[in-house]
Amino acid sequence: MKDQVFVKMENICKTFGTVKANDHINFEVNKGEIHALLGENGAGKSTLMNMLSGIYKPDSGSIYIHNTPTKIGSPKESIEKGIGMIHQHYKLVEVQTAKENVIMGQKGSFFLHRKKLSKDLKQIIDQFGLTVNPDQKIYDMSIGEKQAVEILKVLYRGADILIMDEPTAVLTPQETKKLFAIMRNMAKEGCAIIIITHKLNEVMEISDKVTVLRKGTTVGTLITKETTPRALTDLMVGKSVNLSIERPLVDRGNRLLKVDKLNAIDQEHVKVLKDISFELYEGEILGVAGVSGSGQKELCETIAGLYPVKSGEIIYKDESLIGKSPRSIIKKGISMSFIPEDRLGMGLVASMDMVDNYLLKEHHNQKGFFIKRKPIEEICKKMIDTLEIKTPGVHHPVKQLSGGNIQKVLIGREIDTNPNVLITAYAVRGLDIGATHTIYDLVNEQKKKNVGVLFIGEDLDVLLELCDRIMVICQGEVTGIVYANQTTREEVGLMMAGERIEGMVMAQ
Amino acid sequence: MRMIKRTDMTGKKAAIIRIVSIIAAFLFTSVFISALGHSPINVYFSMVEGAFGSAHRIRDTFTITIPLVVTSIGIMIAFKMKFWNIGAEGQIIVGALAASYLALNYNHLPKMVLLPAMFLAGFVGGGLWALIPAFFKVQFGTNETIFTLMMNYVALKWVTYLQYGPWKDPGSLGFPKIANFTDAAIMPKLFGVHVGWIIAIILVIIITIMMNYSKAGYEIAVVGESMDTAKYAGMNVKKVILSALFISGGIAGIVGMMQASAVNQTLSTQVAAGYGYTAIITAWLSGLKAAIIIPVSLLFAIMIKGGSFIQTAYQIPQSAAGILQSVILFFVIGSEFFIQYKLVRNSVMEKEVA
Repeated sequence: MKDQVFVKMENICKTFGTVKANDHINFEVNKGEIHALLGENGAGKSTLMNMLSGIYKPDSGSIYIHNTPTKIGSPKESIEKGIGMIHQHYKLVEVQTAKENVIMGQKGSFFLHRKKLSKDLKQIIDQFGLTVNPDQKIYDMSIGEKQAVEILKVLYRGADILIMDEPTAVLTPQETKKLFAIMRNMAKEGCAIIIITHKLNEVMEISDKVTVLRKGTTVGTLITKETTPRALTDLMVGKSVNLSIERPLVDRGNRLLKVDKLNAIDQEHVKVLKDISFELYEGEILGVAGVSGSGQKELCETIAGLYPVKSGEIIYKDESLIGKSPRSIIKKGISMSFIPEDRLGMGLVASMDMVDNYLLKEHHNQKGFFIKRKPIEEICKKMIDTLEIKTPGVHHPVKQLSGGNIQKVLIGREIDTNPNVLITAYAVRGLDIGATHTIYDLVNEQKKKNVGVLFIGEDLDVLLELCDRIMVICQGEVTGIVYANQTTREEVGLMMAGERIEGMVMAQ
Repeated sequence: MRMIKRTDMTGKKAAIIRIVSIIAAFLFTSVFISALGHSPINVYFSMVEGAFGSAHRIRDTFTITIPLVVTSIGIMIAFKMKFWNIGAEGQIIVGALAASYLALNYNHLPKMVLLPAMFLAGFVGGGLWALIPAFFKVQFGTNETIFTLMMNYVALKWVTYLQYGPWKDPGSLGFPKIANFTDAAIMPKLFGVHVGWIIAIILVIIITIMMNYSKAGYEIAVVGESMDTAKYAGMNVKKVILSALFISGGIAGIVGMMQASAVNQTLSTQVAAGYGYTAIITAWLSGLKAAIIIPVSLLFAIMIKGGSFIQTAYQIPQSAAGILQSVILFFVIGSEFFIQYKLVRNSVMEKEVA
């Protein structure tokens, strides 16, 4: 019986302060169905799902699980009701085996029935086609395997409603394929699966139905086969948008940056950068692809002079940057903007206003004892106009702006310093589609001005469309440098997983 | 009932909440005073009377206000940087010690030379004392809270050693005390209070300007918010921390010089008299704003002076005033919750949503 309703949420409302995160949302998932929950950041997807997993309680509205009205008071109650949530950040104990992680926190008799447990786990693994060895320690596993352990955990606990929060964000395309196969198996076995995402191609590929949320309200539920990515985007954004990314033709100029056999180690003496070598030219965008945590952050920071280099060279024009202070590197016109996961970690001071944040780098150039804020106010006002930053004023603390506007302030400032080299990492992280394209335009404008751009990205499709060349890194190593218009998703995906392609020449 | 994070907090509202919490603290202490068998209203009025009842009392109250204001200013600079300097007490003592060295050994110098030299010595002494924990913090990442606190005891024991040993006044008939300063080492008075009050006002103005309008103040604020961001912006974080702490400790050192010179007119283990700790409270209560430090310090001076008055008038131990101070601190820290969050009844919430 495929149309048995497993989850039904009716008129769900949830308010945080004055923000209506969910406003009369209706949502329904059937048995054996893969249901995508689509929406931009801040549309209310996570809030809605957190009410199923017992983290939040709805202010009003009702939830039916397996057709019975249910109040979910805590994550524990949620698990008991057969709901399993797989979070974006895995909650596993690294030093234990997969098996130990699975049974942790489970009720049961005092002794572990290891044999029975192993048998049960093996059955689940075979049934759903998971690739995981129950006796392997977590720290020995790849990201994909860790995710499989999380799935195993919820299945072992008897969940038949699975919620996956952006499960593909940290996976290579190949791992994503595997995950999708597992998800189809689970659906076949009678689970209801909800996948939270903002990637349209995944929605089209995996889901049976899709519910689109916008600004806390349900825009509609559609059958995936009967819709198109275009239509979904329009629903998500609320207006028609142009999805293509421009790649302006610019003649490549002189070499700006040459990184040669760069090595760096972290505090635990683990190599985080291994023999990284590449060159960056005027008027090009060099993309950096890799699953998150492959050394992107360290690469940015070594160039900016913030991370100690063990060996190797970084040459800007004709001089070495090794051992130079961050300030003198900034002065040479190398600008770095790294958008961390929490957006406000580095680069901006959350509690300060736009003017004071603009001054972070600028104040070094001012002469004298006093700081001059008046001229900066004018610059900031101009920035608000050109970048369409939504803020009550230049003296409003940046932490109170929305994510997109915070990022515009950061990138706007970096661009305003007229850099020669612009390093930007995760510039569009968590932004809505409109803001995303504004940022791409800004980066392209810099390219046209002959700036060398190092663009560290998350979305492969974007990298393929926007960049001139793509450097792929895996575990701190360069596995290939390719021309973006001569490669494929699959090829880049293989290199992201650490494979080197036979006979490939690094794109110069 | 449930709590919701506030987004609409204005400076004015926050100030009202803090003032209400101080009033609530007085009400709460009333219960305690009633339990002792006194009328709280009478006691509070007597405290005010004890602080302002005569010209002499007013002078005393201001004499207590001065070190509180100046020490709070010093502490505020460190706190703005989120460097938890609990060591103002020790910095006051070392400042007093450095100034006293000059007062005792160069008393042949004219007043116009000796006093400025003592002032400078107090600043440098307190500054260097604060520089030690700052150095270990930037170099080895030591915990500044415990480090600065321990340094207080080291400073205190130095003075004890000098008082009982090398600096003991031979003319004191074996009594362990350091010789009184000569007239050249004693700060003059203006309107009956030593000129420290002018120094306090000037310092408040200078530090307000420094924190709000200078590059140094800006860098201190950025380092306080995020060291990573400061490094990213190309600031020399170590230099910022070291120089800010030198100023912070130096200002506390000035207090030591003023107390030794104008109030005690000698050096003793009592020179800091707990101002270094009380000023932590006043600095925090004033929201780390230099201008607010003055009224808050005055309030505490009234409590200290009034507290000693009610001791004689009502036979209430002076500790009662100490309890009042502590209760105020508890209430004000508690009120931070209401500045961050508000409580909303569930029924109201649903109406708003519906």
